[in-house]
Amino acid sequence: MSVTYLDAIRSAQEKALRDDPRVFIYGQDVGRFGGAFKATKNLAEKFPGRVIDSPISEDAMVGMAVGAAMEGMKPIVEMQFADFSTVGLNQMLNHAATTFWRTGKPCPMVLRLPSGGTPGSGPFHSQSMEAIYSHYPGIVVMTPATVEDAYTMLLEAIQMPDPVVFCEHKLLYYHLKSESLPESALSAFRAQVVRAGRDITCVTYSAMVHEAVAAAQELLDEGYEVEVVDLRTVKPLDTDTILASVARTGRLLAVGESWPWGGASAEVVARVASEGFELLDAPPKRLNAKDTPIPYHPNLWAAHRPTAIRIAAGLREVLRY
Amino acid sequence: MAIRAAEAAVRSSKEGNFEMIERLGRAMLRARLLEEKLGSLYRAGRIVGGVYLGRGQEALSGAGGVALRKGDVFAPLIRDMAGRLAFGEPMVDALRAYLGSRLGPMKGRDGNIHRGDLSRGILPMISHLGAMVSTVAGVLVAKRMKGEKGRVGLTCAGDGATSTGSFHEGLNLAAVERLPLVLVVADNGYAYSTSRDRQFACEDLVDRAKGYGVEGYGVDGTDPQACWNIIHKAVERAREGAGPQLVVGKLLRLCGHGEHDDGSYVEKKMKSSERGRDCLKVMEEGMKKNRQEKEWQGWREDAQREVEEAVAKVSAEPVPDPFEEDWRATQSVGMAEVMVAS
Repeated sequence: MSVTYLDAIRSAQEKALRDDPRVFIYGQDVGRFGGAFKATKNLAEKFPGRVIDSPISEDAMVGMAVGAAMEGMKPIVEMQFADFSTVGLNQMLNHAATTFWRTGKPCPMVLRLPSGGTPGSGPFHSQSMEAIYSHYPGIVVMTPATVEDAYTMLLEAIQMPDPVVFCEHKLLYYHLKSESLPESALSAFRAQVVRAGRDITCVTYSAMVHEAVAAAQELLDEGYEVEVVDLRTVKPLDTDTILASVARTGRLLAVGESWPWGGASAEVVARVASEGFELLDAPPKRLNAKDTPIPYHPNLWAAHRPTAIRIAAGLREVLRY
Repeated sequence: MAIRAAEAAVRSSKEGNFEMIERLGRAMLRARLLEEKLGSLYRAGRIVGGVYLGRGQEALSGAGGVALRKGDVFAPLIRDMAGRLAFGEPMVDALRAYLGSRLGPMKGRDGNIHRGDLSRGILPMISHLGAMVSTVAGVLVAKRMKGEKGRVGLTCAGDGATSTGSFHEGLNLAAVERLPLVLVVADNGYAYSTSRDRQFACEDLVDRAKGYGVEGYGVDGTDPQACWNIIHKAVERAREGAGPQLVVGKLLRLCGHGEHDDGSYVEKKMKSSERGRDCLKVMEEGMKKNRQEKEWQGWREDAQREVEEAVAKVSAEPVPDPFEEDWRATQSVGMAEVMVAS
């Protein structure tokens, strides 16, 4: 039996609903319909009254979750697409994120964002929002890359006393498969070396982990060993694991699917440059999508985002410095 | 669905008993005298940040606080000192937020009108108008899920807040879920300096109730008895399961937007209209007519004493210390490894 990344997300929610009466799911079409991507399929039937269809009101959906969390519940809000969460930003950034600081009381809620590009999705169904949410204090931002992490990190997110933005990658939903779901895991706050190597560190997260691993494989034929670090959670950032890897390799390429201005890859480069400057044998570089809205046509889209080929080229550039 | 209040009918009713009127009158006086003190402390440079007063809105605000019970939820806006005090916020906590005492519920991390105390059911507002509507809705959804019955949530807005998307989304959501939410709109003619004809094009905001599928009431916000009758009724309708209630009070704020603002844009004819009446004077005159001026005077003296004692107490309290502050915006960061297997 195999489990997809999407199955893992559904299973984690089912387990949380079963184990904890405080958990409920709120989102557009999440009820009997099972959600736009079927991440809540059959859950409304199994947990009557706890998997609730919302109106198309992203601001009020998040605001409702903030109130429910203040009252001791553990709401999971599904955005239909990460892109639409911009409409709910105010409640997330100014309300959920400030509650613990302002009141000393927890605001435990999870905002699930179906994120990232897929062919033909265009400017408004492809965005990666982790940079915006990470910029604000008070939010944990998770970006799982594997089936196992999708499951265990979502369970951990639901247990947390803080608001968590859970960026799940749509491109991984159906084709990423695993044999079974794990029973334990590394803390979501730790990054993980997913491929060891001695020559260069490639720090990335979410779907780009798979592109980076493919690029590493390509460079192996050229005699280079690439170490790939999966951040798993981008906020807080596990700087220790990154610096330890750079200490071994002396070189860094940070890769992110989101836009180049600011963001997780910029933060990685900034921290390594300021906290690990003496570890470096070459200037640290980063690779992101192009600085335009995300294109609709697959030909343009494939050139817009980092891919294994572009990551391999970026790695060679740093290696040959 | 929308019920237009007939003020005359309300006045002639004998609903409002004296105990409730006393609670409302005392809250109005405490709020007025405390805010007058806050104004002078502001001018003396003793306040951290801005001061936003509810002068003229004490009856509408206070009636909400009196109508709620322990266990209910109150999400006030910036002109709701009277509602807060009536609902049970200690006067010292209000002062702590303004004077920057670290003993207050916000510990100096937030202040003035953005204060609240979740353990008392008072939600600390964020500045973004309309945001508290969906948040109170969420509290009420949670209470329903937990099986807590008979709880009401009341939140306040101004005429300006009704223009926001949040207001619309929140009220619509509450109506869809048929939540026991009372939304009190103080239509005070101006949102900061912008007059209501630049804010919305409908004749009366209470007409919107029908569009949301909720019950609506208009009330003269300068008449304490009418405010009590209408808001008490709305709260009880919500409590008995009639869904969200929209109350629109017409009045005027008798001050600037904040103490930094002289409110010179308020039209003279507005000031001299019915809207411009001072609800405290209306109440005082009513009590004089009923030969209760002694009671009124007693309430005023009690309030004055409480204000003076609270200011003296809070003035001597410690301020926040950046070296002792726990500079963490999340609770879980630094948490040990979490095992997900049950």
